[in-house]
Amino acid sequence: MIKFYRRYPSITHRQHRSFSDLSSNSRFHLPIDIDYTMASEEQAKNSTAPATFDAEAADCLMKELRSTFLDGKTKSYEWRSSQLKSLLKMLEDSDKQICDALFSDLSKPEMEAYIHEIAMIKSSCKLALKKLKDWMKPEKTKTNLGTFPSSAEIVPEPLGVVLIISAWNYPLLLSVDPVIGAIAAGNAVVLKPSELAPAMSSLLAKLLGKYLDSSAIKVVEGAVPETSALLEQKWDKIFYTGNGRVARVVMAAAANNLTPVVLELGGKSPVLVDSNIDLTVTARRILSGKWGCNNGQACVAPDYIITTKQYAPVLIDSLKHNLVKFFGEDPMNSPDLSRVGHSRHFARLKKLLDDDKISGKIIHGGQTDKSNLKIAPTIVLDAPEDSLIMSEEIFGPLLPIVTVEKIEDGIEFINSRPKPLAAYLFTNTKQLKEEFVSNISAGGVVINDVTLHLMVDTLPFGGVGESGTGAYHGKFSFDAFSHKKAVLYRGFFGDAPARYPPYTPGKLRLLKALLDGSLFGIIRALFGFS
Amino acid sequence: MNADQEMRWSVEELRLTFKSGKTRSVGWRKTQLRAILRLIHENEDTLFQLLKSELGKHPVESYRNEIGVVKKSADRALNCIEKWMSPKKGRLPLVFFPASRKVLPEPLGVVLIIGSWNFPISLTLDPLIGAISAGNTVVLKPSELSPNCASFLANILPSYLDPKAVKVIEGGREVSNQLLQYKWDKIFFTGSTKVGKIVMAAAANNLTPVTLELGGKCPAIFDFLSNSDLKVAAKRVASGKWGPCAGQACIGIDYILVEQKFASTLIEQLKKTIKKFYGDDAKNLKNLLKIINKGHFDRLRSFLEDPAVANCIVYGGSFDDTRLIIEPTILLDPPLDAEIMTEEIFGPLLPIITMDKIEESIEFINSKPKPLALYAFTKSENFKKRILAETSSGSVTFNDTMIQFLCDDLPFGGVGQSGIGRYHGKYSFDTFSHEKAVLERSFYFELEPRHPPWSNFKLQFLRLVYNYDYVGMLLLLLGLKRPSNS
Repeated sequence: MIKFYRRYPSITHRQHRSFSDLSSNSRFHLPIDIDYTMASEEQAKNSTAPATFDAEAADCLMKELRSTFLDGKTKSYEWRSSQLKSLLKMLEDSDKQICDALFSDLSKPEMEAYIHEIAMIKSSCKLALKKLKDWMKPEKTKTNLGTFPSSAEIVPEPLGVVLIISAWNYPLLLSVDPVIGAIAAGNAVVLKPSELAPAMSSLLAKLLGKYLDSSAIKVVEGAVPETSALLEQKWDKIFYTGNGRVARVVMAAAANNLTPVVLELGGKSPVLVDSNIDLTVTARRILSGKWGCNNGQACVAPDYIITTKQYAPVLIDSLKHNLVKFFGEDPMNSPDLSRVGHSRHFARLKKLLDDDKISGKIIHGGQTDKSNLKIAPTIVLDAPEDSLIMSEEIFGPLLPIVTVEKIEDGIEFINSRPKPLAAYLFTNTKQLKEEFVSNISAGGVVINDVTLHLMVDTLPFGGVGESGTGAYHGKFSFDAFSHKKAVLYRGFFGDAPARYPPYTPGKLRLLKALLDGSLFGIIRALFGFS
Repeated sequence: MNADQEMRWSVEELRLTFKSGKTRSVGWRKTQLRAILRLIHENEDTLFQLLKSELGKHPVESYRNEIGVVKKSADRALNCIEKWMSPKKGRLPLVFFPASRKVLPEPLGVVLIIGSWNFPISLTLDPLIGAISAGNTVVLKPSELSPNCASFLANILPSYLDPKAVKVIEGGREVSNQLLQYKWDKIFFTGSTKVGKIVMAAAANNLTPVTLELGGKCPAIFDFLSNSDLKVAAKRVASGKWGPCAGQACIGIDYILVEQKFASTLIEQLKKTIKKFYGDDAKNLKNLLKIINKGHFDRLRSFLEDPAVANCIVYGGSFDDTRLIIEPTILLDPPLDAEIMTEEIFGPLLPIITMDKIEESIEFINSKPKPLALYAFTKSENFKKRILAETSSGSVTFNDTMIQFLCDDLPFGGVGQSGIGRYHGKYSFDTFSHEKAVLERSFYFELEPRHPPWSNFKLQFLRLVYNYDYVGMLLLLLGLKRPSNS
């Protein structure tokens, strides 16, 4: 592995290194785009990142955490509960700082910062605190005649030392939510926040260091070199949120050590809109889910709409009308819209807009402002299937609308593409609902709304196929970071001689009956009948 | 069409079958499961003969570890499949009203199952039962090290199961490598840690989820026991070591940990038991399987090449090159850095490590990778608690060996180096399913504050929503509560 030793580049919010195309066949070589610039002096001064975090530093880190874990401290209910309480206090004390960091990184409106990040994470933390004792309890299970007499249970135990790699679009939520699960399950944790949200990364390093037990929970800031150094270590679990290209690298690195992974990825989440709906409610829900969620930069944001040719004009009218109601006539200057995350991302979205294949098809919006990293809410009608906007996950404020002859054709359209993280349907037709739910494979499905399933902590949140593997939220987070150990208790009484050599036909008969679980069969066998 | 093209075409056919939706119906799944039951029932004698000739298994062992396991598994799946397939519904907080939620299991698609040679029938058909119950189409790749069983499966399965949905592909490493290049919706692998890593690395190219049932050094802790308990325990240890495939089993006992002062009693009892089970004529051992091939035979012999290890043999130690049979062998305190104590043995050699106090066994076990199974013979409730809390393994069985395999309600799988994922019973169904979250809402009762443009009122309202403060929400809506400025 090529080792990079350089100062951590404290990065301004506009100039970032980001992942370029994955290089093939490397052992696990994170893609790197080397045009980054050093930040302003002020940011460099405020950076809490160490000078270098290389392989050696990663080794030391791992040694310390492993030692902490082996001491057993993180396994106790008291420790886990105290950490969760401190985390909650941290969130309560730091509301303002968090909002400021989110605004600095993403121009995220305070409202979004609150409802999509702070409130959700507090809710997650409170749930873990409330349910922790229950989650930690062993689960008694049944046994069968084959093992009689015996008793059995499943005991959850921590995996050990886990790595959580977070993303930039919800930099608080996607960092701290998995950490809550990891702590609740009794692990030692390293959090690697995204360097593309540097203010939040810095803040998390400061706050977690102050409020939590730093001998067991650590934040490592950095970018590609630091992540590469971390991936060389032998983790007991890796939890990654991000894109499919980097996920492949993460999973390949994990394979070296047989480390299990949870990969929370993305995809093109479709919205199928029937004509048998409440139009205003539908339009508003779609708009909130698209532009009200980090301006489309969310893994579960509606990516594109499918509707019938006939209904499209009606829907588009309502979307445009409500867009104005939400963000005003001049959305580029609306305080209620986040900006595009960083300049590289802006360039990518601009490329989607400038694609020749969609020229003439932009029916709303399309304005861009490079210096402020803003793109207006944009609607594109009937972009060709091979256009860029229809081939890659958009992750931004562009909304293609695809029209079909019959609404049922939409289901086939969706199924001809990789499985998305979420799929949405708006309809009042029962049959269409049933067909959609049965035939569309996605991480999660929502009927007559968008993105809300994230807030239901009794629903597993995760992808399938290209959109990810594993799930979390609520108890699923606890489970994601636990090993469920099977335990069987036997006594010395009740030993079936049929188990042991020398083998006889009689023993074979008895064994068959035992495995069949048939009491009658056993009696017959004992008396010599087959 | 060359072999590679043929394979690709087969996999493509499976994808088309899956897309057609045929495998999703409970009727189709049950038909396949019943067919598996018929297959093993109608071919029981053939299977006994096959397993005897290929591996030397006695029908009792074949039934106990292979045929019986498959039958039990298929029966269980048939009984429970409707329940497993049905969505799990639940309540929602009032703020979502009106809405409903459920978790709906769905098949993953086209899955690859790679079997192992030591239990060539159960380690292919048992995961197959899981994959079919969950509604997938399947490629089964049996191990080439038990070629007759592999051929048997390749020939017999198409006449019982739907050949457009379940295919058997025979072959060795090249075929496996080729198969691993394709895009699967799941790969289920049983085998060694080394190959497990290769499988997972290949799966990473397509983000394919994996279940890896691997191995490791499964320890057995031996606390002090009374004479009568010791007799039972010794039988269980012997059948847990030499019973399953002459030690060539992932959950077979690898080594024993015992207190110094108790070691000789244990060894004496084990010797008696071995003689009773397998006879004492080294050239004519009964009920003991052969080693699968010369390569493994030589590998096991090489463990004893080091004189420091050979000197520790207290029983057995003879090798029959012609029949590839190794006598049940006990070693007392071989050097801890010898290969026999660092590598998974997977054979009929049993090291016994002594220590001053049995509690030291916990630290010993923790100094090694997490095993697939941990066995402990003890009557001390405190010691059991300590073992559970202070060690980590796929499973723990107290006062017995191997038998946890029969418990369908217990997940069977490893942790750390011993594996990823689990199966058996409903866990098999789950391992081949995606649990899809479904939330259904209606158009009524729209909560306006969820939409922009934002305001203090909306912020306050949503704070109350998140706290499930219904009274507060009502007061706010009625104007009886002022929105704060924070």
